[in-house]
Formats: sequence, structure tokens, C-alpha cells
Amino acid sequence: MSSSTTPTDMPAASIESEAQAAPGLLRRMMRQRQAKIGAVLTGLVLLVALVGPLVLPWATGYSSTAFAGRPFQADGVFGTDNLGRDILSRFLDGGLRLLAYAALATALGMVLGAVIGMTAAYSRPSLDNFIMRSNDVLLALPQLVFALLAITVLGPEGWVLVTVIGITHAPRVARVTRSATASVITEDYVRASEMYAVPKWKILLQDVLPNITGPLMVELGLRMTYSIGFIAALSFLGLGMQPPTADWGLMINENRIALMVQPWGVILPVLAIAVLTVGTNLLTDALAKASANLNAGK
Amino acid sequence: MDTTVNDTTKTAPHVDIPALRAQDIRVATLAGQEILHGIGFDLHPGKILALVGESGSGKTTAGLACMGHFRQGLRLTEGSVFLGSEAASGNLLDLAPTQVRLLRGGTISYVPQDPALSLNPAMRIGDQIAETLQVHGFGSSSAERAERVAEVLAEVGLASDTAYQRRYPHQLSGGQQQRVGIAMAFACRPSVMVLDEPTTGLDVTTQALVLQTIDEMAERHQVAGLYITHDLAVVATVADEVLVMLSGEVVERGTTEEVLFHPQHRYTRKLLNAVPDLDGKRRVGDVEAITGEQPLVFPGPHSPGDQRINPLAEPGDHGPTSSTDLLEVSGLELAYGSAQILDGIDFTLGVGESMMLLGESGSGKTTLSRCVAGLNDDYRGTITLRGTKLAPGTRSRTAEQRQGIQYVFQSPFSSLNPRRSILESVEVPLKMAGTTDKRERRSRVLEALDRVKLGASYLDRRPGELSGGERQRAAIARALVNAPSVLVCDEVTSALDVSVQASILDLLRTLQLETGMAMLFVTHNIALARHISQSLAVLQKGRIVDVGPTDEVLTNPRHAYTRQLLDHVPTF
Amino acid sequence: MIMKLVSRRLLVSVLILLVVSILVFVATLLLPGDPAQAMLGQQATPERLAALREQMNLNDPVAVRYLSWLGGLFTGDFGYSAATSGPVSELLGERISASLVLMGIAALISIPVGIVVGTYSALRRGKAADHAATITSLVLAALPEFVVGILLITLLSTTVFKLLPSVTMAPPGEHVWNYPLQLVLPALTLVLVVTPYIVRMMRATMIEVLDSGFVEMARLKGVPERQVILRHAVPHALAPVAQVIAIQLAWMAGGVVVIEFLFRYPGIGQALVDAVANRDVQVVQAISMLIAAAYIVVNLLADLVGIATNPKLRTESAR
Repeated sequence: MSSSTTPTDMPAASIESEAQAAPGLLRRMMRQRQAKIGAVLTGLVLLVALVGPLVLPWATGYSSTAFAGRPFQADGVFGTDNLGRDILSRFLDGGLRLLAYAALATALGMVLGAVIGMTAAYSRPSLDNFIMRSNDVLLALPQLVFALLAITVLGPEGWVLVTVIGITHAPRVARVTRSATASVITEDYVRASEMYAVPKWKILLQDVLPNITGPLMVELGLRMTYSIGFIAALSFLGLGMQPPTADWGLMINENRIALMVQPWGVILPVLAIAVLTVGTNLLTDALAKASANLNAGK
Repeated sequence: MDTTVNDTTKTAPHVDIPALRAQDIRVATLAGQEILHGIGFDLHPGKILALVGESGSGKTTAGLACMGHFRQGLRLTEGSVFLGSEAASGNLLDLAPTQVRLLRGGTISYVPQDPALSLNPAMRIGDQIAETLQVHGFGSSSAERAERVAEVLAEVGLASDTAYQRRYPHQLSGGQQQRVGIAMAFACRPSVMVLDEPTTGLDVTTQALVLQTIDEMAERHQVAGLYITHDLAVVATVADEVLVMLSGEVVERGTTEEVLFHPQHRYTRKLLNAVPDLDGKRRVGDVEAITGEQPLVFPGPHSPGDQRINPLAEPGDHGPTSSTDLLEVSGLELAYGSAQILDGIDFTLGVGESMMLLGESGSGKTTLSRCVAGLNDDYRGTITLRGTKLAPGTRSRTAEQRQGIQYVFQSPFSSLNPRRSILESVEVPLKMAGTTDKRERRSRVLEALDRVKLGASYLDRRPGELSGGERQRAAIARALVNAPSVLVCDEVTSALDVSVQASILDLLRTLQLETGMAMLFVTHNIALARHISQSLAVLQKGRIVDVGPTDEVLTNPRHAYTRQLLDHVPTF
Repeated sequence: MIMKLVSRRLLVSVLILLVVSILVFVATLLLPGDPAQAMLGQQATPERLAALREQMNLNDPVAVRYLSWLGGLFTGDFGYSAATSGPVSELLGERISASLVLMGIAALISIPVGIVVGTYSALRRGKAADHAATITSLVLAALPEFVVGILLITLLSTTVFKLLPSVTMAPPGEHVWNYPLQLVLPALTLVLVVTPYIVRMMRATMIEVLDSGFVEMARLKGVPERQVILRHAVPHALAPVAQVIAIQLAWMAGGVVVIEFLFRYPGIGQALVDAVANRDVQVVQAISMLIAAAYIVVNLLADLVGIATNPKLRTESAR
């Protein structure tokens, strides 16, 4: 009775296209030119931010906080900043913290948001409503205002930045997760698992999560882009990293009065942040396209 | 413009001049893959040509090509379309877009597959019909056009008053929406009409009404129709000529009579063989796959015991604990707010018995089958399995009870997790029933896959790599893996092409014979009855209105509703 | 049915605003130290401290303090600023209108530009113009607002061209809009930050609508392309885009903070940054509430647009 060949019910040619193995999300993404450009841009800035601190002071002769000369001089490659520190050294040392904080905040927001969103979508309507209405409350304060409120109360500490940005990401991530989950849990394979009395947490883990990775990855990219922007913006406002730490956002704040005399102190960090966020956004957009294609074919 | 249209139909009474002549139409994807390999046909006034094919055969692409329309990603590589006596005016496919636009909706009109998606949800239906008239300059004043809107609405059998015209599409039923679509297509008195599966998704009663409307309108106004469909039974009702398509090619053409009763091509024969008929005379399915003679419709000697002779005996005859009564449903009720979905359902299912639960959309058939399977726990009343009353939800039933009743979902495209391998999906019931040994699970999954004629090579594949039929087989394997005593099949073939449907029916009959399990086969398709079931229960608005052995119900329907269904089923 | 939906939506908005107010109020309770002390400084005499505490109702129970603060918000009494020792409302009055002017200009430019560019891009799908619009909006959307601002300053007011003033410097008592040239850069920055999102959303929505069955049907019944787009496609794209526009307008209420700081623009954003730096609690509270209220009102409007354009919500269904 066993037959390893295809049963006779193969209908017309339509199946051929459908039957091709769907390549992985990441491979579909990297096939696009914009993803390649995005990866190069992001990689470039990552390299500077990760390797920069390691090569100091060997590469430039100064640490990021040592005084190299008088303010706004043309010494060294890019000159000195408002307090006479070497701009290149500060630039090399100024990206790591920004990236680390942004990554932590994003991770926190993603985990919180994904858990909240999945729970809400898979709970009875009353609980779902309660969770999503509470979400709306958090969404009613712009993230920056929320962050400023927290900094007023708790001070501009690193953990405050990470926590508050993570927490304010969460409702946004939760929204996306909830709608993605809501469309997955109406699928019959979730009903089938219900029918076999598979525990709810297992259903979320096995049936729901793997089928919402597309939107979640896109959200991850978006949140990372925003986190970088936020933390840099807070430092720029003087409410994030505190002097004398070397940080790209802070550097812009410190040196912008001398944009005419010594533009490098502003241009370098601005370019770094711009290239980085453009890179991550290109990657995210490519990912979104790849994931949409994946979901379009049933 | 309208005058030319009228002239065309009036001054060209010669029937031998086709209203539309399509020649050697070739369409390819933008990537260059050809999907229509040179299709040609003539449409004659007052006649309907059916374009028949299964999904992916290119029938819709061919129909739209007649209107010079190609969907995103497709382009015409060759071919010509000439309209009636305007043949002199040239090939429609060579015309400038503005000229094609004037013909579309005016001389050649289109009735879409899904009216719910094709009517603009934010426009009143009267306005949508009037818009067609207006863009083609029909009538000289808006008053004249308003008159025509009312007239054409009446012609398709809808109310024509202003209040009705001011309705939005969502305020109409599916059948009414489709008739609005037909009214829109007829509004400018076209000479050719392309109908793209206009009755898919409609109930048989509504379908019969819509088909009748189309037939009458085409006849009365001498419109040439191209009727695109996958449903051969509908073809028999509506078409004069038939064209069978397979993978972008015409494999057979002829009059309806010729094609349906004397098919020449192997594919046409296979397709016809797969169509279930109400009389049960045709042997639907793959012959090699069946070993016996349609054993389940007419109880054979291999049935265990004699309970099959009267499977629907009154419960009073033998208590609910009787060995023959496997499943007993009594007083089942379910309501959402004021909507009574199930209104007191009683039936019993014997060991090894196959019962069809027939109902149109909204009859509550899916709700009922989900209650039985424990997927819906809001019901009142009792469901008893082997004399034990079952708790409402699957989570509160025991593992053994869960094993006893298994459920197969309608769409195989939704019932298997796309991210898990077939092995992982099929072994879930075993895992939850406490089979901890991985090797044992694997061998039992293999056994179940074997039963549904999928081999070991399917174990590690994902649903995306399988065809619809293969997926449904895998889904059935999941239900079989625990050796259930009742299998609930909820519209398991309605998402599949007719030839695939036949092989799934085959499989289910074979399985029932081999395993001796009872089956509850839920469907809207009455034509399947004699092919799958011994007894038949007809469901209407949450009540069982007719029940009994299949033959008896079909030959002597007791309820008016059953008679109405039987009258409207298209057949040939 | 529609009135029920609208009133429900209104109620939810009011509730959300109330909960936000509790959140803002409670946040400041967490602040270490004594607000009165913070206001008067370390050298204050105990008598003056006690008097100020009495004046600020600090001795009352928390709930009473919350209610009187909330009541104050409705009557325009936003409390006292620790930095200027004057009432908050006095500090904010001018600044609110200055910020509104800036945001109003940005909205007036970016909404029509976004809708038109997005629609055009969708209609030219796959063509060069579409690619250009898509890539530009993708890049601009990625950039944080202050990066856009600084790039503009570098380009237009310092190193490359010296065309426009990079900071706003109106003499006290004068209105910002008396110096239109100074408004250009901050407004342009806001426009560049907000427009790309509207473009992207409009494009995506239009493409979805253009692929829908009823647009295909309209084409197949011979409706001219122009009418297909204006009558069948665009109205369907507007409701989702209204949502994005609302989010962008609301975002502006927050994003304007950084931009005002960058251009030293005398609006509420800059006041907020100063207040946070000085830990001037009541000012922070007041501005947070203002921004939240603006956010909620704009979102409410977007939802009302959605309800108004959807006939399914306006009329009873037949089925």
C-alpha cells in the first residue's frame, strides 16, 4: 500500500510554483540590493563603534577624555573640541555606549512587548481589552516626553535610559505582536493544537511565535533604529550620557556652537548616526519586503 | 457609443458572425514564462461558451484577455480579439487604452467572481450601476440613466426602488450582490459578457437563481457569454458549448452534449469521472485505490454486525449504552446573543457508520461539528460517546475521550502549521496522549502516513512543499494516528479541485472500511451524499429537518427544504 | 450606531487622559526631596518652608493634592515654576502659540505633499520616479530629527551656503512669526521628518487599494483611469493614512522638543528641556499633560475620520 511517489491527486501545473521550498526569511532579505547596501552601512559604523575603543590611545595618541591642546584647534587629524580634547579619539570611543544602550533598550522592549501582545491576543476578550487599553495609555505620551519625565524624576542614569526607552517601546511592539498573533490564532493549526489540549504556553511558543517572526523581526529593526535615535537625541539634549563621557550625541551638543570654526566635531558623529540609522532602516525595509513575500504565498 | 452597441446587436442578426472571436492568445509572465499557449474561440450571440478548468489552468487569464486586461505581472505576447461586426475596426488587443476603455463595460462586460470584493464598499449600488452608464454616455440625461438603473435592477430580479438603490454592498446578501454585478454588466446592453465563476461561494438555491438570471438575460438580449468555471455540473445547466483547459492549453472543445457525454481527451474523462453525481451512478475516484465495490453506500458483507441495516434506529429501541450507538447527541443548543445557531439537535451515530451532515452556509453545520469535537464549548445539551457524557471543551475531556473523536478541518492550507514538519504536526496527538518514546511516535506517524498514501519522504517536509491534496492527506493522518472511533470531517474537500476531491473521498471510504471507524461528513454539497454516506441529516437554521438512510432521504424527502435543495442541485 | 461609536470613543479618550494625568502626577511623587525646599533653595528658613508647603498644599493627603492639581489644569492653573517662581501658565502662554505656529506650518506643508507624492509614487509603481521617492523617504525616515536639523544647518546656514539663520532670536515680547525667515529651518526640519512617513503609508495603502477587486472591476467596466483613482481608489486610502497623519502630528508634539532645542526656538519643547534640566517639576507636569492631550485629541480626530468614511459603520448591515 505504501507509495513513496506522489499520489494521483496532483492537480494542474499550479502546484509546481507552490511546491517550491520557501527559502528562509534572511536569504530572501539579503537577495535585495538595498539589504546589501544596508548591511555594508551598518557594518561600517558597527566596526568603528566596536573596534574604536580598543585601539585607543594607541591609534591617536590620546584617550577620549585626555586634553590634547587648546579648544577648537586643528591639531591631529580632525582637530580638538570645545575643551581641547582630540576629536578623532572621542569619535572612536563615542559609539559603543550608544549602541549598547540602544541594543539593551530594544531587547527589553521587544521581550516585554512580544509577551504582552501575545498574551493579550490569546486571552479572553475582557483581559485582552484591559491590556490593550492600558497600552493606549502608555501610547498617549510621546516616547521622548515619557523619557524626559523619567529623567526628571530619576536622573540621567544609563539604566534609566535603557529602562524607560525599553518600556516605551513595549506598547508599540505589543500592538504589532497582538495583531500578528490575532491573525495567526484564527488559523486552524492553532485550533488543532487546542483540540489536542496542548498547553497554552506551548501553543504560543510552537504555533504562534514561529509564524510571527516576520513582523517581529521588522519591528526589531524599527525599534533599533528608533532606540539609536532616541538615545542620541537625549544625549544631544544634555539629558543622556553625561560629560566627560565620549558619546556621539553629546559631542554634537558640545561642538555645535563652533560648527563654523571646527565642523568635524559635529559632522563626524552626525554622519556616523545618519549612516547607522539609514543602514538599519534599509535592512529593516528589506526584511519587511521579504516577510511580506513569505506571507503572501499561502 | 450606446447607439453603436445597439446597432451591433440589431443590425447583425446573422448568427454565423461571432460576437467575439479570440485567436491564438498567448500570455506570459513578465519573467517570460508562458502561461497561455495560444487559446482561441468564438462567442455567438445568445449562446454561452463555458471555459472549464481547474485552478491554475489559466481560464481567468484567458477570460480577462478578451477584455484586453492583464493582471499585475502578466503581459500579452501574441493574439487577437475581434468584436462582432466591428471586426473591421480591428484587433481589440491593438487598440489604444482609451479605445479599449470605451468597449469595456459597454460592448463587452464582466461579471466578477467575488462580488463582495468587486463592488466598491463605499459606493451605493445604484451609483455604481449609474457610473457604468455615465462613463459610456448611455442615455442623454441623468433621469434617463436613473430609469435604466431601475429597469436593469428589476430585470435581474432585485427591488428597483430608490431606497434599494441607496444601499451599500454590505447591506446585501451574497446572491443579491452577485445580481447587482450582473445588472451592472447588463446595464449598457453589451454584446459580449465575460462571467468569471459568478456562482462560486453561493448556496445551491441562490446559485440556481443566479444561473437562471444569467441564462434568461443572455437569451433575451442575445448576448454572447463566456462562462468561466471549474464546476462541470454548472456547465451542464448553463452552457451551449464547452472548452476544457489544462495548463494554459485547450484540450477539448465541442457542444455541451458532446463534451459531457462523449469526452475525447483523457483529462476531460478524468475530470468528468471525478464529479460526484446525485444518483451515485458514477464511480467517483481513482479506481486503483479502491479494492471493494463502493462498499459503504450499500452495506456489504464485511460490515461488523447487522447494525448497518438500520443505523438510525430510535434511541428508545436500545439504550444509549447499546454497543451499536457510538455517539449520541441530544438537545444540543447554542446561541450567540439573539442568534440561535443550533436549535435542539438530536442524532446518533453507530459504530462504523458514515453520516452526512448537509447544510448551506449559516445552517450551523460547522458549529455543530465543532461542538462534537469539543472545539466549541458554549453549547447546552449532551454529547455522549460510548455511553459516557462528554465535557464541553476538549481541555476538560479525558485523553481517551479526545482520542475517540478526531476532527479534520476544512482548509488544509490553514490546518497545518507552516513552520513545522509533517512529522511534528502529525505526532501532536500522540505526544498529548502520553506516548513519550520518540521512536514509537515516529513509527506510528509513518504508519498513519502510509494509510493516507504519503510515504516516509513526507516526514520532514513542511506544508509549503505539499500540494493541497497532499496537505489534506497529512491532516487526515493526524486525525488517524490515534485510531479514533469517530472521524468528523468538516467540508474537507471544499477547498480542493474536483479531481483532488475525488481522491480524498476515495481515501476516506477506504479508511472507513479498513479501520471500521464511524464518520460524520459535514458538507454543503448534496451531490456527494451517495458517494460517502449511509445516512443523511439535513440541517437548516440550526435544526435537523430531515434524517434517515441516504437513499430514503434522497428519494423520498420529507421536508420541503430538502426537496428545494434537490431541485436546485445542478447536475448532468 | 454611529453616535454610540463616537461617544464610546470620546469616553475612552477622556479615560486615557485621566489615567495619564495620574501617571504624570504619581511620577513626580517619586521625586526624592521636598518640592518646597527645591523651590526655595537650601538657605530657606523653616517658617518660609512651612508657609510655602501650606501654599502648595503639600500637607494634604495625596488624593486631595491630585484632585486640586487636576482641577487646576481645567481652570488654567498649572502651578508654579521653581525656576522663575512665577505661575507656569504665564511661562507657557506665549510658548504654546509659538509651538503651534511651527507645527501648523509643518503640518500644512507635509500632509498635502505626503499624500500627493505617495499617491504619485503608487501610480508609477516600479518606475524611476517611484524608486526615487521610495529611497528618499526611506533614508529620511531613518534619520533622527536632530540629525536632519544639523545637516540642514550645515548645508543652509553655516559651512556650505549661508542663506538662513540657524537660531531663532526674537526680542522678548515679540512674536516669532514676525521673523518668518527664522521659522524656515525649524519648519523645514519638521516637514522633512514627518513627510516620509506619510508618503510611505500613502504609497503602501494606494498600492493595496489599486490591487483590490473593486478597482479592477471599475477598470473592467470602462471607468476612465482618472475617475478610477479619484473616485474608487483614493477615498479608500484616506482612512488608514489619516491614522498615520494623526500619529505623525502627535509625534510632532514630542519631536518638536528636540527641534526647538536645536534651533533655540522659544516654544514649549525648549521650556520642557530647560525644566527637566532644572528639575522644575510643575512645569514638566504641565507640558507633559499638554502634549498628551494634544496627542489624544489628534488620535481621536483620526478615528472619527475613519468612522465617518466607513459606510459599514454608518449603516446597518443586512446580514
